Amino acid sequence: MKRFPLILAAAVLAAPAFAQVAALNGAGATFPYPIYSKWFDEYHKVKPDLQINYQSIGSGGGIRQLTEKTVDFGASDGPMNDEQIAKAGGAVLHIPTVLGAVVPAFNVDGVSELKLDGPTLAGIFLGKIVNWNDAALKKLNPGVKLPDLAITVVHRSDGSGTSFCFTDYLSKVSPEWASTVKSGASVSWPVGLGGKGNEGVSGLVKQTPGAIGYVELIYATQNNIPYATMKNKAGKFVKATIAGVTAAAAGVKMPKDYRVSITDAAGKDAYPISTFTWLLIYPKNDGGKGPVLKDFLRWELKNGQSMAPALGYAPLPASVKAMVAKTVETIQ
Amino acid sequence: MTTAAPVRTSSARRGAAPVPGPRERAGDRFFRLVVTAFAALILLGAAAMAWQLTRGSLRTWVDIGPKFLWSTEWDPVNDSFGALPFLYGTFVSSAIALLIAVPLGVGSAIFLAELAPPRVSNAVSFAIELLAAVPSVILGLMGVFILIPAVRAVEPGLTRALGFLPFFRGAPYGVGLLTAGLILSFMILPYIAAITREVLLTVPRSLKEALYALGATRWEVVREVSLPYARSGIFGAVFLSLGRALGETMAVTMVIGNTPKISASLFAPSYTMAAVIANELAEAAGDAHLSALIAIGLVLFVVTVVINGLARLMIYRLEKRP
Repeated sequence: MKRFPLILAAAVLAAPAFAQVAALNGAGATFPYPIYSKWFDEYHKVKPDLQINYQSIGSGGGIRQLTEKTVDFGASDGPMNDEQIAKAGGAVLHIPTVLGAVVPAFNVDGVSELKLDGPTLAGIFLGKIVNWNDAALKKLNPGVKLPDLAITVVHRSDGSGTSFCFTDYLSKVSPEWASTVKSGASVSWPVGLGGKGNEGVSGLVKQTPGAIGYVELIYATQNNIPYATMKNKAGKFVKATIAGVTAAAAGVKMPKDYRVSITDAAGKDAYPISTFTWLLIYPKNDGGKGPVLKDFLRWELKNGQSMAPALGYAPLPASVKAMVAKTVETIQ
Repeated sequence: MTTAAPVRTSSARRGAAPVPGPRERAGDRFFRLVVTAFAALILLGAAAMAWQLTRGSLRTWVDIGPKFLWSTEWDPVNDSFGALPFLYGTFVSSAIALLIAVPLGVGSAIFLAELAPPRVSNAVSFAIELLAAVPSVILGLMGVFILIPAVRAVEPGLTRALGFLPFFRGAPYGVGLLTAGLILSFMILPYIAAITREVLLTVPRSLKEALYALGATRWEVVREVSLPYARSGIFGAVFLSLGRALGETMAVTMVIGNTPKISASLFAPSYTMAAVIANELAEAAGDAHLSALIAIGLVLFVVTVVINGLARLMIYRLEKRP
């Protein structure tokens, strides 16, 4: 029903100037929702005639609605696979917008700094490492007094891009994870408790002594939750920062379709558990919507990127930005 | 997906033919058609729901078949789905809730209807009805911040005292079946208490006074007159509550631990049908995953319909007895 006034507005506006688009509708990922709503809001100030509506219903829902063409663009934290693209008519542009990071949050009395590497983190989430005084943890954290305390694993219970990024990372650093659990927005977790949303996971981690979970970087920093420093592919320990995430994106070779995972990226400053988030757009759009989308994306690259860090997102590295700018021009 | 069980039906009215009256006028006719259409709409809605759930879950019933009902694996990445852990979690958490809430609810209703002075009774009943209106997400928050730490603190003691039973073993996480059952019991208690009180208040005074005249004690009057007279209403209240407990989503999701595993321990994290749908539907990108979630919805739908059917049958039987 909400759309009704918009349709009416569209009809009124379309009357004097033909094919003028008054509204764009999009749906998808919840993770980039704060930055997207900021962008659409700011862009509306620049182009008062255009209203962009975005429903943060989840990446899966965004892909489905785009496939059924009930929205003008979708948004996802994970790239569409080949089967999904085929169902959507064979071609869907993935436009990377910003990047996010996932951090392992923990609750161990008296420990504020913790160093982890991929295999150890995978061992914990596989249920192989069950106590904080495990030799592998001690070896990574010389000088830290790790107690004899059972580890309680906490994961997301709701399907989410955060889980996708985290399991994607574990799949790359642990052959056992890659062959058993694999990666996905919802997976079959070998051990642990499920909390709903970032707040559910952080709530359980904060309450449970000996707990370890994973949350979005912005969520951990805003709520002062201690989180671990990760060893990256180059062997350096990196604490998640916005610069580190952008560095991870710069460290991968970008394919033409942008469908790339940047977890466990090379580069000595790259934070290893990072991900792009994408807008999903058809290369050809009806009803004069192509140029409108194109104009918005140009604006987003030029003016929108600088708004990202304040909201906890990492902007695109310069190399990717230049590449995306060219792709945007191909939208019809 | 709560469905209402009949609360109270009088056997005198059941099956009675419409009272023959004077000839229908146009207005009456119109009225009859309109309300008949409304009634039909409800049936139509239920049928449409069943149809949509079946259609949406067809892929699961074709690919996995009836095995879906007793398979214990839930792995969206490998498209392997089974509903049993969710059925188990749903039933056990609801059973715990009934186990706690029925004696408490019926007990407090007896106090309010039979023993308490009217002013106290009315004030407390008002409070109970307020309690019934608390949104479940609020109860969930209370569960997260109060109940979970409390249960975590109590669990080691329970293990020490009752650890010889498999239900009270395992790591004290604080989240799990027990906590979910507790929060559900808190949620349904006001329903049971409020409805039972109302039903007990309808017990004819003359019956009770007759028994008092014979020298019966209060307990004997409650046991011999009030409860038997009100039993069908009380059963209605219990099944209405069970319906709510089975379908409760938000509060349970926040405290149950969301782990699709079957474990004998009540301390272990578990999962319910409603919770998995709420959790995974938004990001279910794969068709098989989506279909399996809708299949869970269908199972939940059938379970509530069957339970309400059984409730009706039971109430019917109770009423037929003298």
